[in-house]
Amino acid sequence: MPTLIQMELSRRELLASSATTVAVAGVAKEVRAAGARGKELQNTTEVTFKVNGDPQRLTLDNRTTLLDALREHLHLTGTKKGCDHGQCGACTVIVDGRRINSCLSLAVMHDGNKITTIEGLGQPGNLHPMQAAFIKHDGFQCGYCTPGQICSSVAVLEEITANIPSHVTENLMQQATVTAEEIRERMSGNICRCGAYSNILDAIHEVAGVPA
Amino acid sequence: MNVMQPIERIRGGVHENERHESGHKHVTGTAEYIDDIPEPAGTLHAYLGLSQRAHAQILSIDFEPVLSAPGVLGILTADDITGENDVSPAHKHDDPVFATDKVEFHGQPIFAVIAETRDEARRAAARVRIDYQDLPHVTDVLEAAAANYPLVIDPLKLERGDIAAGFAKAKNILEGEMRIGGQDHFYLEGHISFAIPGEDDEILLYSSTQHPSETQHMVGQVLGVASNAVTINVRRMGGAFGGKETQANLFAAVAALAARKYRRAVKIRPDRDDDMTATGKRHDFHVGYKVGFDDDGRIEAVDATFSARCGFSADLSGPVTDRALFHADNCYFYPHVRLRSRPLKTNTVSNTAFRGFGGPQGMVGGERMIEEVAYALGKDPLEIRKLNFYGGGGRNLTPYHQTVEDNIIGRIIDELETSCDYAARREAVLAFNRKSQIIKRGIALTPVKFGISFTKTEYNQAGALVHVYADGSIHLNHGGTEMGQGLYTKVAQVVADEFQVDLDRIKVTATTTGKVPNTSATAASSGSDLNGMAAANAAQQIKARLVTFAAERWGVSEKDVAFEPNTIRIGAERMAFSDFIKIAYGSRIQLSAAGYYKTPKIHWNRSEGRGRPFFYYAYGASCSEVSIDTLTGEYQVDRTDVLHDVGKSLNPALDIGQVEGAFVQGMGWLTTEELWWDAKGRLRTHAPSTYKIPLASDRPRIFNVKLAEWSVNREETIRRSKAVGEPPFMLPISVLEAISMAAASVAEYRIAPRLDAPATPERVLLAIERMRRAARNG
Repeated sequence: MPTLIQMELSRRELLASSATTVAVAGVAKEVRAAGARGKELQNTTEVTFKVNGDPQRLTLDNRTTLLDALREHLHLTGTKKGCDHGQCGACTVIVDGRRINSCLSLAVMHDGNKITTIEGLGQPGNLHPMQAAFIKHDGFQCGYCTPGQICSSVAVLEEITANIPSHVTENLMQQATVTAEEIRERMSGNICRCGAYSNILDAIHEVAGVPA
Repeated sequence: MNVMQPIERIRGGVHENERHESGHKHVTGTAEYIDDIPEPAGTLHAYLGLSQRAHAQILSIDFEPVLSAPGVLGILTADDITGENDVSPAHKHDDPVFATDKVEFHGQPIFAVIAETRDEARRAAARVRIDYQDLPHVTDVLEAAAANYPLVIDPLKLERGDIAAGFAKAKNILEGEMRIGGQDHFYLEGHISFAIPGEDDEILLYSSTQHPSETQHMVGQVLGVASNAVTINVRRMGGAFGGKETQANLFAAVAALAARKYRRAVKIRPDRDDDMTATGKRHDFHVGYKVGFDDDGRIEAVDATFSARCGFSADLSGPVTDRALFHADNCYFYPHVRLRSRPLKTNTVSNTAFRGFGGPQGMVGGERMIEEVAYALGKDPLEIRKLNFYGGGGRNLTPYHQTVEDNIIGRIIDELETSCDYAARREAVLAFNRKSQIIKRGIALTPVKFGISFTKTEYNQAGALVHVYADGSIHLNHGGTEMGQGLYTKVAQVVADEFQVDLDRIKVTATTTGKVPNTSATAASSGSDLNGMAAANAAQQIKARLVTFAAERWGVSEKDVAFEPNTIRIGAERMAFSDFIKIAYGSRIQLSAAGYYKTPKIHWNRSEGRGRPFFYYAYGASCSEVSIDTLTGEYQVDRTDVLHDVGKSLNPALDIGQVEGAFVQGMGWLTTEELWWDAKGRLRTHAPSTYKIPLASDRPRIFNVKLAEWSVNREETIRRSKAVGEPPFMLPISVLEAISMAAASVAEYRIAPRLDAPATPERVLLAIERMRRAARNG
C-alpha cells in the first residue's frame, strides 16, 4: 500500500517540522527576553521593490503581508482584502509576471521584485485591454473582487502563453491553449460573490481573441 | 433665444443598456470602499472580543492581559454604553451590543479593544481570560423544538378554505419533511464602520450598511443622542445581499462609542472568520408538509409548518418567516391551505436578511410538494406544475387572500419550454440514463413567482433630493444604497429621462442620512421601484416650476413648453438646457426639490393573515440539466436556460447581470454552501476554505439568460419596470430538482428522492444509496 506509507512518511515529516516550529518559538521567546534586557530585536526589515514601475523602500514589521504593505504603507488601496486567507483572490497582484495572493506572502520576501497592482495596469483614459473589456462586458457588480479578477485574468493569459499547465490541461506534451475550460479553471481562485462570472469570462475571451 | 436643431434622443435614458456608473473605477481600483478612505491622523482601531461558548454564564473576565498588550488604549464593555445596550431592529431589546452576564451563542461580542493599529487590537482581543459556567445549548431547529425553546417572535398562520374537508376529499395524501440549509452572505467586502467624532454630541460614520437610517437610529440609541447628531454615509458596498441590512448596526455602534470615548476617529473591521462567526446568515428551515391531491396531480389541500433556526434573538426573523409562508404557494393554487411558521430560538448567531428573505425557503418547500406528487403518480413534475398554476375561475386567491392579478407564468413557461427544447431533452436524458451505468442525468423546469413590496408597510416609502445647479449640471441623491446592483445607474437614468438630458450631466452622490432622511433599507428588491419614483417626483417638481416660468416669461401656454433631448422647447423655439437653466436661476426659480414616493394599494393585517402585502409579482422560469457521478455524488450543471420577467426593464444589461448573479448565488445555496456547527455550538465553516462558494468553474457550462421582453408591469411602477434583486435567486430550484431526478433514475423514478438542501455531493450520494435500497426492498 504505497499511499499509506507515503502518508506515514508525511505525518512523520509533519511532526518533525512541528517540533522545529516549537523550538523556533522557544528561541523567539528568549530573544524577546534578551531584547527586554537591552539587546536589539530584529523585528523589522528593510525591503526594496518596484511597484508599478516606482522604486519603493520600506522598513516593515517582518510579519507584514505584501497586501498590507501595499494598502497600509503605500496607500495603493486598489488591491482588496477579502478573506486575508488566500481563499478569495481579491488581493491578487502580479509579481515578476506571475499572479499571487498578496495576503499569503510576506512583503520582506519580495526584495528586488517587480510588482504590478491594478493601479499599474492602467488608469481611466489609459486602460489595459483587460480593464476595457471588463467595462464593456459589465464584468462586475459590486466591484470589490474586480481588481483581483483583472490581475488574475491578465496573468492567466500569460500563463497559457508560457505553457504552464492547469488541472484541466489534457495534453502536457502540447502547447497549452486558450479554451473556455482552461479559463474557467484558471479563474477559479477568484470568487465573485455577485456571480458575474458570465460577463467576466466574456471579457477574458474577448481579450484572448477566442469566442466564449 | 437660440434656435437649436432637435436631436433624436438622449444618451443614457431609461430602457437602455447603460454601463454601471462606477465601472471605470472598479476596473482601475479607484472606486473607494470604506477601508480605502484615507484615515485622519490619530485614527484608532477597534476589534471585538467574542464568546468562546455557545451558552454560558460569564463568571468573571480578566482584562489585564488585554490592557497590557502593546498599543492598547483601552476596552469597551456594556458599562461604557451611554445609551441603551441594544441594537434590536425588531425593538425587542434582545440584541445587546455587548453581552453582559450571559452569552447566548459562540461568537457573541462581549467587549471591544481599542488600539493604535488594527493588528494590535486584534492580537490584544485574543488575550482576554473569561471564566464561563456552561449552560445547556441547542443549535438545531428540531432540537430546539424538542427542548421547548421559545419562539423569538410571534408566529404567523395563513389559512384559507377548509383543510379538513380538502384532505377528506383528496384521493391521495402524502406527508414528508425537508431540511433546507442556511447561507453565509460572504459579501467580498466584510463589515466595516469608520466613525469620526464631531462637535458637541455629533458623530459622522462611514458604514457598510444597506439601511443608513436604521444605523443612524441605532447609533443614536446606543450613544444616547438624538438622530440629528448622527450622520451615516455610504457611497458603495462591496456586496451585501441582506447581510448588511441590520448586521452593520453593531459595528457602527461600537465605532461610534469608541470615537466618543477617545475623541478620535475609530475604525472597526472584523477579520473574515469573525465576520462569518459573529454576523447573521440565511435561516435554515425544517419543513413538515402534508399534501392531498387527485389522481391527475391536482392539489386539493396543503398543510405545512415552516420552522426556522432564528438564532438567539428576533432580528428580522418575524418578517423572514412570514415571507417563507407568502412563497410556499409559489405559482400554485391551493384550494384548502394552512401554513404555519415557527421562528425558533437557538444558541446560534441571530439569522437575518438574505436575498429572498425567507421566500426561497418557502418556495423550495412548495416545490418539494410538487415533486412528491409527480413521483407518486409517475409523471413529469412539469405536468403537475402546469396543472396547479394560478388561473381560471376561482383559482387566483393566495393563502394570504391577495388575488393574483398579473399572472404571466403560463406564457413564461410555454416560451421557455419551447426555446430550451425541454420535451425532447427530457426524452434524451431518460434515454441516456437507460444506457449509462455510472453517470446519470437529470433535467427540470421550474417556475418562480415572487411578491414585491416590504411586508412592513411603513418601509414602502422613499425620498430623493435633486439639485439643478446654475450651470445646468444635476446632482442626484436618494435613500437607496449601492451594493453593486446598479441602483445609482438606474435612478440616474430615470432623472436623465425626466429632464431629457444626457446621463453624464447627472452625478449621483453618496447616500447620506443628512440629505434624505427616514429612508428604508435597500432591500426587498425595492431599490429602483422606490427611489426611482422618488427621484422622478423630485425632477417633476422642478420641471413644473420651470414650465410655469417659461410659459410666463415667453408668453406661451404651459402645454407648449416641453423638455426635449438636451433642450427646452418653448413654443416653436428651442434652447439648450443649460442656457435655459441659467435664465431660470437669474429669474429666481427654485432649482432644487425633495422627492417622495409611497407604494399605493398595499395593506397587510398580520394577526388575521389577510391583505395585499404585495404591489405586484415578478415571474421567471429556468430549465437546468445536470450530470451526476453515482459513485461519488459529484455533479455538474451542463446547461441552464432562463427566461425572466423584469417588466419593461430600466436597464436590460444590468438586469441580466442580476439574473445571472442571483442564479449562481442561489445555486450555491442549494448545492455546495453548507453551514456546519459542531457539538460545542461552534460554526466550523467560517471561511471560504471550508465553505464552498460557486466559482467560475461552477457556472452552468451552457448558460442562456433572457428577459421576457414583452412584459410590462401592469401596475404603475417606475417606467413599468419590475424589481430584479431577489426573484431570480429562486430560479436554480431547477438545479436541485434536476439533481434529484438524476438520483431518482437509479430507482426508475418510482421514488421521490427527497433530496435536502444543500445537495452536497455527500447528500447526493446518500440519496442514491437510499434510492437503491428502496428499489431493492420493493
